[in-house]
Amino acid sequence: MAGQLSTSYAPASLQVLGLPAPAVHSVLILVALATFCFILWRRAAVLRRANPDPRTDQVLERLKKLLVIGFGQARQPRYLLAGVLHILIFFGFLILSLRSLTLLGEGFVVGFNLPGLGGAVGEWYATLKDYTALIVLACCIVAAIRRSVFKPARYHDRHARKSHGHEAYLILGLISLLMIADAFYEGSEMASLEIPFGAALPLASFASIAVGGGSETLFVNLHATSFWVHNVALLFFLCYLPLSKHFHVISALPNVFLLNLNPVGRVKPARHGVANLDDIKQLGVGKLEDFTWKHILDFYSCTDCGRCTDHCPSYASGTPLSPRMISINCRDLAYESYPVFGKPVAPDKRPELVGQVVREEELWACTTCGACEEACPVTIEYIDKIVDMRRFLVDEGRVPASLQKPLAALEKHGNPYGKMARKRGDWVGKKEEALEVEVLKKGAETDTLIFTDSCAAYDPRIIEISRAFAELMIQAGVPCGTLGKDEVDSGHEARRIGEEGLFETLRDQNLEAMEEREFKSVVTCDPHAYNALSNGGYDLGKPVHHHSQRLAELIELGKLKPKQLNDGKRYTFHDPCYLGRHNGEYEAPRQVLKALGVNLVEMDRSRNRSFCCGGGSLYLFYEGESESRMGEKRLQMAADVGADVVVTACPFCLINLEDAVKTTGREGKIEVLDLAELVQRAVVGDDSV
Amino acid sequence: MEIIVCVKRVPDTAELEVEIDRSGGGIEERDLAYGINEWDNFAVEAALAIKEEHGGKVTAITTGGEDDEEVLRRALAMGADEALHLMDSAFEGSDAQGIATILHKAISARPFDLILTGAISSDRSSGQVGGMLAAKLGIPQVALATDLKVEGSKAIVTHEVEGGLERVVELDLPALVSVQTGLNEPRYVSIRGIRKVSSMEIPILGSGDLGLDAAAVGSAGAVVTVEELFLPPKVEGAEMLEGDEEEMVEQLVAKLREQGGL
Repeated sequence: MAGQLSTSYAPASLQVLGLPAPAVHSVLILVALATFCFILWRRAAVLRRANPDPRTDQVLERLKKLLVIGFGQARQPRYLLAGVLHILIFFGFLILSLRSLTLLGEGFVVGFNLPGLGGAVGEWYATLKDYTALIVLACCIVAAIRRSVFKPARYHDRHARKSHGHEAYLILGLISLLMIADAFYEGSEMASLEIPFGAALPLASFASIAVGGGSETLFVNLHATSFWVHNVALLFFLCYLPLSKHFHVISALPNVFLLNLNPVGRVKPARHGVANLDDIKQLGVGKLEDFTWKHILDFYSCTDCGRCTDHCPSYASGTPLSPRMISINCRDLAYESYPVFGKPVAPDKRPELVGQVVREEELWACTTCGACEEACPVTIEYIDKIVDMRRFLVDEGRVPASLQKPLAALEKHGNPYGKMARKRGDWVGKKEEALEVEVLKKGAETDTLIFTDSCAAYDPRIIEISRAFAELMIQAGVPCGTLGKDEVDSGHEARRIGEEGLFETLRDQNLEAMEEREFKSVVTCDPHAYNALSNGGYDLGKPVHHHSQRLAELIELGKLKPKQLNDGKRYTFHDPCYLGRHNGEYEAPRQVLKALGVNLVEMDRSRNRSFCCGGGSLYLFYEGESESRMGEKRLQMAADVGADVVVTACPFCLINLEDAVKTTGREGKIEVLDLAELVQRAVVGDDSV
Repeated sequence: MEIIVCVKRVPDTAELEVEIDRSGGGIEERDLAYGINEWDNFAVEAALAIKEEHGGKVTAITTGGEDDEEVLRRALAMGADEALHLMDSAFEGSDAQGIATILHKAISARPFDLILTGAISSDRSSGQVGGMLAAKLGIPQVALATDLKVEGSKAIVTHEVEGGLERVVELDLPALVSVQTGLNEPRYVSIRGIRKVSSMEIPILGSGDLGLDAAAVGSAGAVVTVEELFLPPKVEGAEMLEGDEEEMVEQLVAKLREQGGL
């Protein structure tokens, strides 16, 4: 349509406040762009002072993620309605950005068109953009109704300190205003030219009908007013973005491009580029500027959508933690500490980052399960930040009493229980109970090293798993050994608690013990140990497997021949966080279950949406406030799909879920088993099962 | 404010199956791991808290062998300003009085306003050193402190007394307070924290430096000797009640009635 109206009606040929429109328009755009750049520059101030974080490697992989998660909006449909609304508005934005540029151009040139958008392509684009505008407008209305009438729970965080909800309405209103202004801009022209309703331009046609029958003056004024409303709103929108939670419109795509490409199960080093812990003056993150610049960009990119918190098992069981509030509160702190106008506020004049902005109880309440990160549509990281803030607390000595004892025991005895190191290899049994697992002396050799980690070496219930798995390996003819008393805790949890020095000490002890023995690969029943040995900083240089992977392999090779468990029971599999989300292994345990012929039903929260059992290792000692237990919630989910047996593949999942069976009075109703125990049943072929 | 805190390294026996050694007077040390006496850890924290509030200096002191330096390093890592290691082969085998004598010699030569000790040590559990040391120094002492504040030249101490009561007392400084566990939340000491203080100088003083008569301390001067150490004999008669809560309560009440407990 543009350009068809008499030239004298075109915005560029009119006068505004007695001045030529292009002049006013230039000033408007220059002021807006200058303001926008100024705000961005100010927003970048804290990034410039933050810690380094190398994020420019693997450019192709980054572009791929940008395409899939960014432009592909891959994580949006997990919440179907909100996701679809967002996808429509997002693509609407991309399509309408051309229209917005055209309208900016029309302020200078009568009948302006972007290069390539004239003629037939222009007609086609006009139709596309008109439908798009209609859809975007509809989406804004649905979104506003959803927020105001249906009030989804995830927008109402019980830990929210101040609401940013009004920003959402303002943005929805602004977007709607842009759509409506453009509709009247074109509609007034159509009415003036008496172009009838056309399916090619539905939204503009509606506007045209709405003003139909008006005077020519009305059309001319409306045309001009709509133009100015649109462009002023557009430029205001641009400048408002970096002041609000809608910064993500600008920062989300770069944030996705700059995402963490390291294995999920690897926590960031204490300081990028510093190898020796002792060279760091203050460990971890104690003030805003201690974060890496990327972590602050994360705060800017948070859309306050609440998907992280909605997936957080800790939040769900009533702890002080809400991952979303870490982002929101830290962004509020960043905005307040680095105001757009005026000097930055000195760290000692701000609320304390760790302790006030983020409370210590929030930090300790995280099990590092990773559900939040998996749910975030813009790839915000949480675990690394939480671990970094814990590192600060540990360095300051601010560790809850309930965690101090197991940490001290790890240091003194190599296990969090304070048990004797000498007894670490006792799980292999003595006399008639002895398994053919060699407790490897220095210089000894075996095929597969079984790394039990502390729990599976000392906890009487979990020793059963170690023994069941070892028996299966022996049955399959695989020579196995253990490090016995020379093994110490993997340090996985110590590292996540923020006790980096302790992790390094434990790791070095294990590496030394391993170097003194010959073996081809390592296997462990504990996903936390699996993570530590494979991704978590051991750099073993040898294959590391989780027992589910070895079991799947041995069954496939025919070395283990389990019978079909036709027991008429319903089974469900609980994905351990550090096997699934952190190491991407969802198939091996399911492959084993399939080989056993069990009737497997999946819980809604399975695979990468798995719901943490309550955390392992040191988490069994932690006494924090909560309303309910994660394990009980998880067990309820199993009960909801009618499971008779919950199979898992992690010592701590087993402990937490078996506890939940007892505390919810489900003894005899639901059974919890480790995968190895189930395979053993099928291989031994106990028909009473 | 000059604060001196006495610390001791003890075996951590909480989860261990303790075995009596061949002499019958000690425990098998092969598998023992050592650390700071739990009560002393609270004493160090109390000292640091007072220093942080009022300013001053905290000095940690121990008497023992080379390995015992570990607890002094730990105190330094927590924030103590200085440490003093009283070490001499003549000190070996000291009883509580011997330890108090050694500490007295070292402390009386220094300025101090407040001395803190743990109420008891988990290895010998005699609970005497604090009291003896205060007597030797001629200063007031309060035992089993559950709360401790310093106001001007006074210490206000809440402590446990008989019958489950607590009492608040006011002491003129200098004074000695032996603390109960739970009076504060001791800070954590990270591996890195220990490493940071690994090069700090810790002066070592022996009997000559302290002007001590070697015969008055150590096994030579001990007035208490251990005759025999034994594990409590296993007895029978423990019984687990079964059933739901109500049933178990009923069974328990019935049993108590039966045995004349109710």
